Amino acid sequence: MNELSPRAVPATAGCSDTPVLRERGQREVFCGLTGIVWLHRRIQDAFFLVVGSRTCAHLLQSAAGVMIFAEPRFATAIIDERDLAGLADANDELDRVVSKLIERRPEIKLLFLVGSCPSEVIKLDLSRAALRLNQRFAAENRHDLRVLSYSGSGIETTFTEGEDACLASLVPTLPALPSTSPNLMVVGTVAEIVEDQFRRLFAALGIDKVGFLPPRRAAEMPPVGPNTKFLLAQPFLAETATALERRGASRIPAPFPLGVEGTTAWFTAAAREFGVNPQHCANILEAPAARARDSLARHRVTLAGRKILFFPDSQLEIPIARFLSRELGMWLGEVGTPFLHRELMAEELDMLPAGTFLSEGQDVERQLDRCRDSAPDIVVCGMGLANPLEAEGYTTKWSIELVFTPVQGFEQAADLAELFARPLRRRAILKV
Amino acid sequence: MQLSLWTYEGPPHIGAMRIATCMQGVHYVLHAPQGDTYADLLFTMIERRDVRPPVTYTTFQARDLGGDTATLFKKSVSEAYERFKPDALLVGASCTAELIQDDPGGLALALDLPIPVVPLELPAYQRKENYGASETFYRLVRACVAGHRQTEKSIQPSCNILGATALGFRHRDDVVEVKRLLEKIGITVNVVAPAGARPSDLARIPHAHFNVMLYPEVALSTAVWLERQFGQKFVNVTPIGVGGTRDFIKAVAELAHIDATDFLRAETSRLVWYSRSIDSTYLTAKPVFIFGDATHAVAIARVAAEELGYQVVGLGTYSREFAREVRAAAKLYDIEALITDDYLDVEAAIKAANPALVLGTQMERHIAKRLGIPCAVISAPVHVQDFPARYSPFMGFEGANVLFDTLTHPMMMGLEEHLLGMFREDFEFHGDAMASHLGHTAPPLQVSDTAPLSTIWDAEAERELRKIPFFVRGKARRNTEAYAVQNKVALIKLETLYDAKAYYSQ
Repeated sequence: MNELSPRAVPATAGCSDTPVLRERGQREVFCGLTGIVWLHRRIQDAFFLVVGSRTCAHLLQSAAGVMIFAEPRFATAIIDERDLAGLADANDELDRVVSKLIERRPEIKLLFLVGSCPSEVIKLDLSRAALRLNQRFAAENRHDLRVLSYSGSGIETTFTEGEDACLASLVPTLPALPSTSPNLMVVGTVAEIVEDQFRRLFAALGIDKVGFLPPRRAAEMPPVGPNTKFLLAQPFLAETATALERRGASRIPAPFPLGVEGTTAWFTAAAREFGVNPQHCANILEAPAARARDSLARHRVTLAGRKILFFPDSQLEIPIARFLSRELGMWLGEVGTPFLHRELMAEELDMLPAGTFLSEGQDVERQLDRCRDSAPDIVVCGMGLANPLEAEGYTTKWSIELVFTPVQGFEQAADLAELFARPLRRRAILKV
Repeated sequence: MQLSLWTYEGPPHIGAMRIATCMQGVHYVLHAPQGDTYADLLFTMIERRDVRPPVTYTTFQARDLGGDTATLFKKSVSEAYERFKPDALLVGASCTAELIQDDPGGLALALDLPIPVVPLELPAYQRKENYGASETFYRLVRACVAGHRQTEKSIQPSCNILGATALGFRHRDDVVEVKRLLEKIGITVNVVAPAGARPSDLARIPHAHFNVMLYPEVALSTAVWLERQFGQKFVNVTPIGVGGTRDFIKAVAELAHIDATDFLRAETSRLVWYSRSIDSTYLTAKPVFIFGDATHAVAIARVAAEELGYQVVGLGTYSREFAREVRAAAKLYDIEALITDDYLDVEAAIKAANPALVLGTQMERHIAKRLGIPCAVISAPVHVQDFPARYSPFMGFEGANVLFDTLTHPMMMGLEEHLLGMFREDFEFHGDAMASHLGHTAPPLQVSDTAPLSTIWDAEAERELRKIPFFVRGKARRNTEAYAVQNKVALIKLETLYDAKAYYSQ
């Protein structure tokens, strides 16, 4: 088992000490509001009310794009001129909008007031608004409804950091862990099918008290306390991790559950923490790991030896680069990430091939220059860049799909590889 | 503060981007926070453009706010100029940058660049996308024709085609169609703008004799200014539908002092015959609800009423700037215009009107899907499907052909409707089934039916009511209940239903 543990890889082989190019310039990334697009599907009785401008509303519907649902569980309270005239008005207006919303959607149990660039620049205090609304709903005997606030603004958060801010706002409200026996918390939005697979594997390992944050329903918030150990299922959750640590929980350091290797190490780290017999753990993980390895073989044919370049987007870049290089034999060009959190990424950096070109932040024009100079076989980038790069002759994978697709765990390892293999196969098929 | 689920228009700087993106040699530097770059995907994904919009964003973050965002803006302008070497530069702020009041215009002008620099003041908390497009086009034209006071006109009658932009609903093909029409009647097209034009082309606009203004939402203020400044009259007739196209050609011919009688006699659309062919009889007086930008809503209502024989039961727009025109059009159909940009109001109005067909935007497509009503998209806001690969204009005679197909295909075909009326209890061909070409699997949501019956119906009458096809059932129910109230019938029986039917069909 231990040969798959990341610590077994010699530190000199990794990227822990590799210098990182830090860039500041135009960023071609979404703001944190975008996280609402998946969070509102994950927590089924939550509603996300952005307090922002027409731009925020337009962003959400453009990012949601084809995924317009029957009636979305998100909306925007659009600030107008009158609100800018005086802050007292803006607070009254917000209360009025919330009342209208709750009247329309009485089934809502959890309401997030989501801060935006304009609400932050005019210093509209949404945490106070949440407090005020909570008091009001309590007085109206609506104890089943809770109001929270967080910032998804572009001046504070980059794309997936919106989920981080949302989950961090939930942490102080989590119930206290009543028992002294440890529980496990898996942190970060994963698809329901992934959650179910993870639960089955944890149960097989003998870890039965497992909670997921965020849960599917507001009433299913996992308890937290000094006996809580948590695993991050997503790499972009630094603030949430800190908030959980403030409540006494401790993080189980592990690579992220992407690919066979990452998933094995992730489960193994939890098993070690919960005192599971290492041989038992290896036995349990072997069957799904072997199945996943077999299913990767098909994609290795397409991907091995090809060079991939990442534009910064979701903070998933480093774990995915690690997976693609180690399990599928891809060459890594520049691996860009919007933000490099060295502590959470320590295990991943150790596993990355030595000398990998890492960059943090973005100056998109200069990065495009570097991209063209390095002639990658496939480029991972946002939707604003993908078609123009395709038109220049590059094969691309649009990165938002990486957060909208179930990719974690053994059974999804091949699906993750497929996301990169498909554009290359497609380019080979097309004769026009 | 307005509660908004979906918006019909983006903020005004998106309008400015639509102008910059459809032109050549123009660059736009936008003072904006991280995240506002999402706008690029509207052009690269929805419209499938193969180049990035020519926009540089300053991407300021919270840590910059305490410092010097003005310097960041100037640096962005200088670097964008050096890298892209545009012929003209637009500068402006998005909603957040408007609040920090850095004066992008002043800062950019202070750099003394050797090209026209056009500052855009687009109030993000008052105005919207179409205003932004209109204002940007107007400012840019003014800046580019500066110094061209009086100009020589060509000998041939000539005109400009104004208004087509990036992300416009069928603008790409409309321009081709209108240009073809104009050239066929002997008019030279001087400049097409903004789509495809360079700043140097805008400078040539005054050379033409008159202007053809296709989309008032974008080009009216420019056309009015050009008329005042250069005496260029403009055609403000939308060439949508057979009637609209004929009126347009007459207006153009009058301004150009040419005779288009022969052309009008020779050219027409298949719509004219198709609409008269007997298969179209079933379209007669089908109730339609129309909502979109003002130009498309008004023009499509005319096509629906005069050229397809539908009954317009709802007409509205989100373009408040053109509310007057839409109200006037609604009067023609004896209805009250719906002027709103609130999606929920539109949904309520459609429910109340209970139409057999909705002609709207992508928003109405979703409303209609939920209500189980057939729908066609006739206006922006757009979706990737509104940029079809095939040639598909809405304007001109070819546009009328497209409209015949677009406005009739979503409806159930004549014979199918008859069979449905005759055999209402067939297990796969019943009143709740969608039209066969729309698929059988998803029965429509029963909106008007799920509400408890407000008057008392006996079981037999209620069963009969359910046999009536869903798209007229709500109306049948309301009529019957109104009839019952009027005639003090306490319990609605089978006879009441048919009495009411007879009463209302008189």
